[in-house]
Order: sequence, then structure tokens, then C-alpha cells
Amino acid sequence: MNINATLIGQLIAFIVFVWFCMKYVWPPLLGAIEERQKKIADGLEASVRAEKDLELAQEKATEQLKDAKAQAAEIVEQAKKRASQLEESEKQKAYSEREKIIASGYAEIEAERNRAKEELRSQVAALAVAGAEQILQREIDANAQNDIVEKLVAEL
Amino acid sequence: MASEITTQEYILHHLTNATMCVTDDGVKFSHGEELHNVAEVCAEAGFWVWNIDTMAWSIGLGILFLWLFRKVAKSATSGVPGKTQAFIELVVEFVNDNVRDTFHGKNNLIAPLSLTIFVWVFLMNLMDLVPVDFLPTAAGQIANAATGVDPHHVYMKVVPTTDLNMTLALALGVFFLILFYSIKVKGVGGFMKELTFQPFNHWAFIPVNFILESVTLLARPFSLALRLFGNLYAGELIFILIATLGVWQLPLYFPWAVFHILVIVLQAFIFMMLTIVYLSLAHEDH
Repeated sequence: MNINATLIGQLIAFIVFVWFCMKYVWPPLLGAIEERQKKIADGLEASVRAEKDLELAQEKATEQLKDAKAQAAEIVEQAKKRASQLEESEKQKAYSEREKIIASGYAEIEAERNRAKEELRSQVAALAVAGAEQILQREIDANAQNDIVEKLVAEL
Repeated sequence: MASEITTQEYILHHLTNATMCVTDDGVKFSHGEELHNVAEVCAEAGFWVWNIDTMAWSIGLGILFLWLFRKVAKSATSGVPGKTQAFIELVVEFVNDNVRDTFHGKNNLIAPLSLTIFVWVFLMNLMDLVPVDFLPTAAGQIANAATGVDPHHVYMKVVPTTDLNMTLALALGVFFLILFYSIKVKGVGGFMKELTFQPFNHWAFIPVNFILESVTLLARPFSLALRLFGNLYAGELIFILIATLGVWQLPLYFPWAVFHILVIVLQAFIFMMLTIVYLSLAHEDH
């Protein structure tokens, strides 16, 4: 247990071992550890970023969905409005058509009546003239009293 | 074994280093000598005696540590690590975290120094868990087969940290670094000022301060060395004592070994931690 030259030998061995460890063992090991730590930190950061991106995308998708729904509702609304408008105008058109047909019917009837009247008038005039002619045949020339007959016809 | 030698001889045999020295008569080994003669073999060599068992085991374990770590370091990947790499990285990161928590300066030496101390001391302490008779008996049989010496006259202490030379060498290495960094960071003047103007900041207290601070400074390597040596030597001694109990060692050996697992890790950790703390103090400028 005496202190002897072993002390010096061990001291030299100790120095050599520490030197070797410092030069060839420690730097590569710690380098690998630190590099891995950096990789993991980067990976974690990327995952956090991806998560945020995903959240953002989901938010955007929800927004777009809401927009689309609103647009669809608007389109449906417009279509309904347009349909009712169309119906209204169609009704209007049919109504006016009916009016027109009725009006033209009336007009035709009127015209027919007028024509009949005219015909009747002329026939009555002729009849009257014929009657008068027969009456007067005995007394006067038909031509001399023509203006009186015309006057009578006009008064009819 | 107990039938041929006494218990006292058995214990002493286990606590005797294999020594070697170079004298005028040539190279001498303690092998083959009677137990009571061992100390005299190299008496004339004085300081220049080598504990070859301590040297061989410690350097062998140091090389094992560096070989393993170097092997992993060479193929270290920053991707998914293999099991060996994961384990080595666990140790490296543990040491690195401790260094970072305690030492706040910038120094490329302290972390690898701490790693070397922690793993090397741990491996040397770990030899304590090898049953006490196993390696010395094997060495005795091998030496007997090779050179024909009496296997009882072959000595080997397997745990290098139970040799004060080993622990003191580590502590002195740390001590030199404390001195080096103290002077490097604070300058010679600053270091001297720290030794003489603390804890009492007055010129009249310079001698008192110097004595107090010198004791503090010198106590560091010795407390480091003696703490590790004392713990491991005592643990080893208890293992040897348990081994002398014959069949009764079986129920005792296991609990002590389990308890000792705690001690060997703890002592390696304490040595490392105190090294970091001392060097951190050396870097602090007041």
C-alpha cells in the first residue's frame, strides 16, 4: 500500500486516456447526439407548423362550404322568384290574350251586326221603294220622287 | 486453501500487490516470494517499485473503455441509434448534463475528462464484484503452470482503486488541472490574491488566509483520493472477510455484493462530480 512509482505510471496513463477521450471519443459522440437533437427539434417544429396549416385549411374549407351554401340558397331563391315571375307574366299574357280574343269576338259580332243592319237597311229601302213604286206606279214617275225615298232611307 | 494457511495470511495475501522493481541485481518480482518477504524484495529500490497488477488492470480497463467508446464513436449516427450506441450515448449525455449543470464556462476538456473519470473509475470499481478468489487463484495457477512457482506465492490485487497509487494519481491529475486553470483564468496575481485575501479581506489577515486557503486547496486532491480508496478498500476487505467464513459466505456475499453495486457507481459519480465542481471553482473569478 506504499506510495511508489505506480503513481507516476497511473498519472501518465490517466493523462493519455483523457487526451484520447477528448480527441477521438467525445466529439463524434456528442456531435451525433446534438445533430439528432437538432433533427428532432426540426421535426417537432415542422409537425407544429403542419398542424397549424391543417387547422388553417380546415377553417378555409369551412368558410368555403358556408359560402357555397349561401350561394346555393341564393340561387334557389332567385330561381323561385324567377319562376313566380314567369308564372305571373304567363298569366298576364294569357289574360291579355283572352281579353284580345273577347274583344275581337265583340268586334266581329259588331261588324256582323252592322253588316246585317246595312243589308237590312238596303233591303228595307229597296222594299220600301218597291212598295212605294208599286203604290206610285199608278200615279207618278219613280224617278221624280227618288230624293224623298233616299231621305227616308237615311233616317232609318 | 484455509487448511494450509491461516486466515490472517489469507487476508494479507489478498491485500498484497504484485510488485516489480529494477535494482542493481536486475529485474525483481514479488512472485515466488514468501508473504513476509515480499516487502523486502524491492526494499532497496525505494520509490521505484511498480505495482504491476494495478497497472495492468487499470490500463487494461482504460483501454477497454476507450476501445468500446471509440468503436461506437466511429460509427455514430445521428439517425436511429443501435442498442450499443444508445447505451453509450446515455452515459455520454448523463456526464454532459452533469457538466453543464455545474460548469458554466467554455472548456473542451472538462466533459471528456469527466467521462473518462466516471467510466474508468466505474470499471475499476466493478472489478470488486468479481469473487475475491477468482482472479488471484487463476493467476496463481497460470503462473504455476508457466514457471512452476508456488501458486500461494503469486500475488494479485484485482481492484486498481484499492491501491492508493491509483486513486492518488487520478486526484493529482485533477489537482494539476485545478492549479493550471486557476492560474490561466485568474493569472498568477489573481490566484495569489484568492489565496491570501479570502475569507478575510484585510491585509492583516494575509497569513491566516493563506494557511486556511492552502489547506482548502491541498485537501481537495487528498480527499478525492482517500475517499475513493477508503470506500473501495473497505468494501474489498469485507468481501475478503466474508470469503474466510467458508460455507457461511454464501448468504452474506450476495447482499454485500448488491449493496456494493450502489457503492461502486456512487463513488465513480462522486469522483466525477467533485472534479467538475473543483474545476468550476477554479474558473470562477471573484
